[in-house]
Amino acid sequence: MIVAEWKPIPEVVEKLRGHKKVLVVGCATCVAECAAGGEREVETLAPLLRMAMIKDSNPIEVCTNTLERQCEWEFVEGLAPTIMEVDAVVSLACGIGVQALAERFSEVPIYPGVNTTALAIREEPGLWAARCVACGDCVLGETLGLCPIARCAKSILNGPCGGTRDGGKCEIDENIDCIWHLIYERAQARGKVDALLEIKKTKDWSNSDHGGPKRILREDLRL
Amino acid sequence: MSLRVGSRLERVLSEGHFAVTVEVGPPRGPNADAVREKAKLLKGLADAYNVTDNQTAVVRMSSIAGAKILLDEGLEPVMQMTCRDRNRIAIQSDLLGAWAMGIRNCLCISGDHQKASARGKLKGHPGSKKVYDVDSIQLLSIMKGLRDEAVQDGGDSITEPASFFIGAAWTPLGPPQEFRAFRLAKKVAAGADFIQTQAVYDVPKFAAQVEKALEMGLTDKAAILAGIIVPRSANMLKYMNKSVPGVVVPEKAIERMQAASDQRSEGIKITVELINEVRQIPGIKGVHLQAIEAEEMLPDIIEQAGLLPRPEPQQ
Repeated sequence: MIVAEWKPIPEVVEKLRGHKKVLVVGCATCVAECAAGGEREVETLAPLLRMAMIKDSNPIEVCTNTLERQCEWEFVEGLAPTIMEVDAVVSLACGIGVQALAERFSEVPIYPGVNTTALAIREEPGLWAARCVACGDCVLGETLGLCPIARCAKSILNGPCGGTRDGGKCEIDENIDCIWHLIYERAQARGKVDALLEIKKTKDWSNSDHGGPKRILREDLRL
Repeated sequence: MSLRVGSRLERVLSEGHFAVTVEVGPPRGPNADAVREKAKLLKGLADAYNVTDNQTAVVRMSSIAGAKILLDEGLEPVMQMTCRDRNRIAIQSDLLGAWAMGIRNCLCISGDHQKASARGKLKGHPGSKKVYDVDSIQLLSIMKGLRDEAVQDGGDSITEPASFFIGAAWTPLGPPQEFRAFRLAKKVAAGADFIQTQAVYDVPKFAAQVEKALEMGLTDKAAILAGIIVPRSANMLKYMNKSVPGVVVPEKAIERMQAASDQRSEGIKITVELINEVRQIPGIKGVHLQAIEAEEMLPDIIEQAGLLPRPEPQQ
């Protein structure tokens, strides 16, 4: 899922100064799963914002709504009547949802209420960890299903680097697994260490953000 | 062995001398004299001098500039190059520039992640953008391509070869230890001519890993220089044991340092003993000494280890 985290409330408050009526919009998909922008979080944030704005001497009216998906036009369209009644929107969706609202309702300021931070999985209750960076050239078939691009701090293809700590942890954070240590262990368990001896050549990063803003054209789906 | 590049370091090694390299950390400022002073202090003590590339991700004078200043002072540099800050375009461009200025040895390393820059007293640049376009093994391959085929990573040719004596780092005691000799083999296959290891304090454990490399035929293909960080205090040893990945300091060494009335001179003694011990390990062709922010300790150490004068290799 796409994972997001609340922005600090003072940062949102600063944006809302001068507004009178604000709509806080959630998204019931990824950001709901990661407990950042679903209905529950929308209903939690709304009163906090209301109080923070009073404290800031800028009281505002706050209304709420949570869309099934903020990244799909048909769901976004459902906001049209409500948008007419507010003078600003705080979106708790990922950056895609925020931009969908901003594109459909370009006359109204849309502020992000979250920072979109990763493509991650819920490892444990209350703990999410990155699994993918959308690099556009998937290597999971060669790394036994463990991603060294998303899960190695240096995204190296010929690991592990010299920074592996005792217990197989990463040099940058003792709570992060050295993914190459895990790849090695899995290779060993499967009798596939030989596959790690081949030198992996420089990667083509161009089928991702590194190649410029990504655009996917599927002629077979065009109308 | 026919010479690939003819750098002094390569010639010393090819003639079978026990090589000495030392590390020279560039200043955290633009002061060329700071590098020249270190050069004056260290001249004649080593066969080549490693110039670090923003080690611990802290901004310092660039390794390429530091290496050039050493060269002008008559010292042969080993320019260190990390993969942290440059994409493949900048890496190759800097290599061509370094070669044009007379730099002939280059050590390829992945580099400390930028998060390390804020680990000490400095603010560092933990918010900087990640590069790591290529890894250290790919960097070795790139350098070999520039030298042996005069070709860039993407396949375009360069006008003439940029011939470096190619170095790589090795952390033999980093986990998973069973894989470390294999990873060394990958580095040698990618193009490494010489290897400088992570700091050795536990000689038997280190020797066991070197033995694996020897059995795999790696010590014939690349010259391994054992890395030694000069200890200055028991606290420093404890810190390295706990916080520097791949560095294993035996408890005995820490206790010995703690008991010493003059820890600094004990550090010199320990270093000299380590040099003598690693020298006995089959397959070890030299030492790489690092006296971090304490280069003035090196003359005594190298003298007491009986490594002076340095050999004058044939042309």
